[in-house]
Amino acid sequence: MQNLTGITINDYIILSTVLFCIGALGVMLRRNAIIIFMCVELMLNAVNVLLVAFSNHFGDSQAQVFVFFIMAVAAAEVAVGLAILIMIYRNAGTSDTDVLNKLKW
Amino acid sequence: MESLFKFIPIFPIISFLIIALLNRKLKVSVVTTLGSSSILLSFIFSLLAFIQVAQTQKGIDLHLFEWIHSGKFSASLAFLIDQLSSVFMLVITGVGFLIHIFSAGYMHHDDGIRRFFAYLNLFIAFMLFLVMGNNLLVMFIGWEGVGFCSFMLIGFWYKEKANNDAAKKAFIMNRIGDLGFLIAMCLTIYYFGTLDYKTLFQAGYIASMPVPDSTLTWITVCLFIGAIGKSAQIPLYTWLPDAMAGPTPVSALIHAATMVTAGIYMLARTNILFSLTPLTMEIVSIVGIATALLGASIGLFQNDIKKVLAYSTVSQLGLMFVALGVGAYSAAVFHVVTHAFFKALLFLGSGSVIHAMSGEQDIRKMGGLKAHLPTTHKTFLIGTLAISGIPPLAGFFSKDQILSAAFEHHTWLFALGLLVSMMTAFYMFRLYFLTFHGSFRGTQEQAHHLHESPLNMTFPLMVLAVLAIVAGFFGVPHVIGEHIGLHNSFQDFLAPVLGKSHSHLSAGTEWALMGFTTAIIIGMILWAKNLFVDKGILPASDAEMKGLKKTIYHKYYIDEFYNKVITQPLDKLSAFTQTSIDRKVVDGIVNNSGKGTQWLGQVFRKLQFGNTGYYALAFVIALICMFLLFI
Repeated sequence: MQNLTGITINDYIILSTVLFCIGALGVMLRRNAIIIFMCVELMLNAVNVLLVAFSNHFGDSQAQVFVFFIMAVAAAEVAVGLAILIMIYRNAGTSDTDVLNKLKW
Repeated sequence: MESLFKFIPIFPIISFLIIALLNRKLKVSVVTTLGSSSILLSFIFSLLAFIQVAQTQKGIDLHLFEWIHSGKFSASLAFLIDQLSSVFMLVITGVGFLIHIFSAGYMHHDDGIRRFFAYLNLFIAFMLFLVMGNNLLVMFIGWEGVGFCSFMLIGFWYKEKANNDAAKKAFIMNRIGDLGFLIAMCLTIYYFGTLDYKTLFQAGYIASMPVPDSTLTWITVCLFIGAIGKSAQIPLYTWLPDAMAGPTPVSALIHAATMVTAGIYMLARTNILFSLTPLTMEIVSIVGIATALLGASIGLFQNDIKKVLAYSTVSQLGLMFVALGVGAYSAAVFHVVTHAFFKALLFLGSGSVIHAMSGEQDIRKMGGLKAHLPTTHKTFLIGTLAISGIPPLAGFFSKDQILSAAFEHHTWLFALGLLVSMMTAFYMFRLYFLTFHGSFRGTQEQAHHLHESPLNMTFPLMVLAVLAIVAGFFGVPHVIGEHIGLHNSFQDFLAPVLGKSHSHLSAGTEWALMGFTTAIIIGMILWAKNLFVDKGILPASDAEMKGLKKTIYHKYYIDEFYNKVITQPLDKLSAFTQTSIDRKVVDGIVNNSGKGTQWLGQVFRKLQFGNTGYYALAFVIALICMFLLFI
């Protein structure tokens, strides 16, 4: 199973780090709530990739169980999150997070 | 049977609770009946206890429960009914019962009669605690309790500021004394480890303790300070005359017959300590005689019927302290008993007079009341004769015992005591003649209203008058007693607690002292009669008075002196601490700490500016910092 394709564990780590950083930067820099939401999902999936890669590397399938859990929880979270977003849009008329600052102070 | 005696102070408490809690739901007649009958019940049980003590010659121990237990020290809520306390219990419940009956008539028209009876019952309960306790701590409960009741009853008519001031004055003066009592108790616990009379006063206990004499002196002096406050001696006596602001039955019960004698009881109870400290005894007799002289001299020129009686109480209490100071404990207690009878009688009589005069208390506006108030007049005369010391009334025997004990101690003490007795006879008969003889000097309206008091007011007067006549025969001195087959049964009865003092005077000296005293007192009475009846002299009005008379009429300006020297500087100090320390320091700390928190909030709330992106940035930076820290 190992290195069938010549891709090492390092490549997976780099890939997931890059994906995670893109996600994190997206959360920090973008203002559209839907994009931020997508970036959060990206971060979650970066972690998933890492988990699967390590699982393969160490030949331990426990990590893959975690991945399924994460995917299930993420699906639930998406449902709730999108519902909140819709309600925000209905009430505020926008999904720009810079405008949504009523709870400050 | 014996276990029932522990209910003696409980009966008044129960009726106090019923009256105080149900208050307006009860009819006035129910309140007066309940209030009086609970005291009657206590009196009956006290009488039974007295009989048992007299028969068995032993004290009755009643243990309720252990109250405080700490290390080696323990104090119980327990009663001890011995010879001394049973005598006091009889006086308290007996005189108390009569005064309750009198109050039912006297306070009949007062709206607060229920409150009045509740307080009176509570007072009796605390007074019983005071005398029945088997250790100093239980005495202290009663001591504080009666002080509180006295405060509430002096300010009973609370709508007038003067009454409230008098109440506060009494309470504060008493607190000063109470501090002395408290210190004495602490010292006793520290050096002797117990407050129980039984342990503390058993033969040889104190001598067996390695306690220096000076400490013992301090303990007794502190105890005496407590007695000074409660029993109105120099320098804390000024509250007692002011306490007459309360209703007259209160003056009779609390401020003449019972509460003010608590100091005497305390000294008599701790007589073993006092006997060991001659210095304190000396102080006690000097303070006593000084107070007696001061009180009597002020009494000479007072025009308020109750003020005269108040100063006479101060002066009689002084005489009792003289007796204690020279070691004649049983004479002091005997005088407490007889004084309770005739002073309660005089106060209730004055109450009857005031009642008839529609609240007038100035003797310059009275006169000629003999015809209108026959019963009051007769009983008042008996009381006056008794307090003056005319044989064979009660006051003669008790005062004679004190004076002969004083004579044995020091001739000067006797001479001053005699002077006090002379002044007493003079001002009492001045009061009597001005009130009951001559012609009526009040207004037409008052003259129209004059009436003898109802039976429930005159009945206690009659009983007390009989007691004031016969009580003396329980303490007949030996020289008289051997001729008429009586002996000093009072002293014999109290001997197990107070010890027995033998008179070293020869029979001839004693006869001479008695004869001399009586002759002089009769002379004073005749002089008073000459001045106020035959010549018809009236006391001058306030404006006309001058010189020494004016000084004495204004009570030597002692109140003004205290006001200037103690009260006003204290007021100034309070005002100073209020403006500087309280306003600036204390308030400053509180307000500024509040302001500081507010300022910090102003600063830190800027962090919550609402942009989610930056929150996420801060979150990530913090996370990175943590990673760097831990790797």
